[in-house]
Amino acid sequence: MGESTGPLKKLPLDALWRANEGGRGAKKFGDFAGYDMPLEFEGLIPEHNWTRTKAGLFDVSHMGPCFFALPKGHGLVGDEAHKAVAAIIEELVPGDIQGLKPGQVRYTTLLNKDGGCLDDLMIARPAEPGAAGDLYIVVNAGTKEQDFALIAQNAGARANLVRADDRCLLALQGPSAEAVARAVISDDLGAMTFMQVKRFDAFGRLTITRSGYTGEDGYEILVRAEQATALAQALLSHPDVKPIGLGARDSLRLEAGLCLYGHELDETISPIEADLAWIIQKRRRASADFPGAARILKELADKPARKRVGIRPLDRAPAREGVEIQSGGRKIGVVTSGGFSPILSAPISMGYVETAFATPGAKVDLIIRGTPRAAEITPLPFVPHRYKKG
Amino acid sequence: MTKKYTKDHEWVRIEGDVAVVGISNFAAEQLGDVVYVELPAIGKAVKQGADMAVVESAKAASDVYAPISGEIVAVNDALNGNPEKVNEGPEGDGWFVKIKVANASELEALMDEAAYADFAKA
Repeated sequence: MGESTGPLKKLPLDALWRANEGGRGAKKFGDFAGYDMPLEFEGLIPEHNWTRTKAGLFDVSHMGPCFFALPKGHGLVGDEAHKAVAAIIEELVPGDIQGLKPGQVRYTTLLNKDGGCLDDLMIARPAEPGAAGDLYIVVNAGTKEQDFALIAQNAGARANLVRADDRCLLALQGPSAEAVARAVISDDLGAMTFMQVKRFDAFGRLTITRSGYTGEDGYEILVRAEQATALAQALLSHPDVKPIGLGARDSLRLEAGLCLYGHELDETISPIEADLAWIIQKRRRASADFPGAARILKELADKPARKRVGIRPLDRAPAREGVEIQSGGRKIGVVTSGGFSPILSAPISMGYVETAFATPGAKVDLIIRGTPRAAEITPLPFVPHRYKKG
Repeated sequence: MTKKYTKDHEWVRIEGDVAVVGISNFAAEQLGDVVYVELPAIGKAVKQGADMAVVESAKAASDVYAPISGEIVAVNDALNGNPEKVNEGPEGDGWFVKIKVANASELEALMDEAAYADFAKA
């Protein structure tokens, strides 16, 4: 996914992550979706545990934030303006975007005509009345070019997509995130709850969602590149905050049972197979007007052939992406992500199995380097989410 | 007592007709936290340069190759419950296997400590 030609793109905060004052710089960088990303600072496991106990700062500026808005002079206000722009994006996703309240964020997927996932993304309705008719959208790094093209093309002259991926996107995640954000940015961040969005006049202007990809409470902060160093330094100067690389981001999202596009989701996988039926709200099920609705609603009624599950190997060997899952010597599925859980101090995996096996407690075999090893299907997440629910 | 190193970052120390084998300090440092080690069965015949064991860090699985041909006569069972021993003492308590050496002349192809230090730095 996102294979690049030519030199890697540098993050606006590249110099900050390379600066090794007090040994705090990143130890390893690597290509992710064509960007030269900090992969590891102190070490995967210490970074992971720090995020679960204090707060981690992640640079996710490789991702694809954008604003999707009705053309200037649309003349609509409030709910009417919102519904008009939301109806356009709903042509591509199964979520109830028209039903978003001001300041609400929703997780959804871009669908192809067969009901497969082209990407997973966040769509937010700004809280500010003046921004009615705008949506704030964040898509994945590896898919952003095709996503932006699809969204813009589908909208035609009805709405404009304005890329914001020249800005920085910083994620502050962990139990200390709220205290840190209130101290450094604005006390009002305490009043936000999970999956809300708000603008703040600090460090230029910030667009902040209370969301993340770790299972912890926290925020994702869109900041203009010229203000990003000051913001990152202010956050990092708090004793509870350390920089965290993409390596720990992956183990954190795996423990939290969250999908990674290209692994748990791809163009062949429907939201129902991915166990994401909850992202399709009642109104959309009834209207059945999203791409691939026939397949998706049929899977919802009859169960899909395969389903995403959590898997706990019963010994210590991690089962990584591509490991075959068997039952009685017959292939019944495949691991899509796997590794080691620092919190459980045990290997964990996610994968797809035939639906008959997608029951917690079901016994399966993982074929690791040719040897079958016993494992058990387990509920997701592996580590409970600690979101600040409203 | 000779200690030699391979280009794949294994070390081998000769004790009589037995070679003690593990991964180098440099390799352990590069891998980061080791979370699992898969060791061969005792009695298995191994060939110089062929797969012998697997070491898994938090991020990935890596093959460990036999630095010398022979028969596995012992494995470090302590690594099963405590894979972190590889990080704590890769060239000490974190050894992997003991191999009964079939052909000591194979050692000549390996690097001594000084040559390996230069190799790992490059």
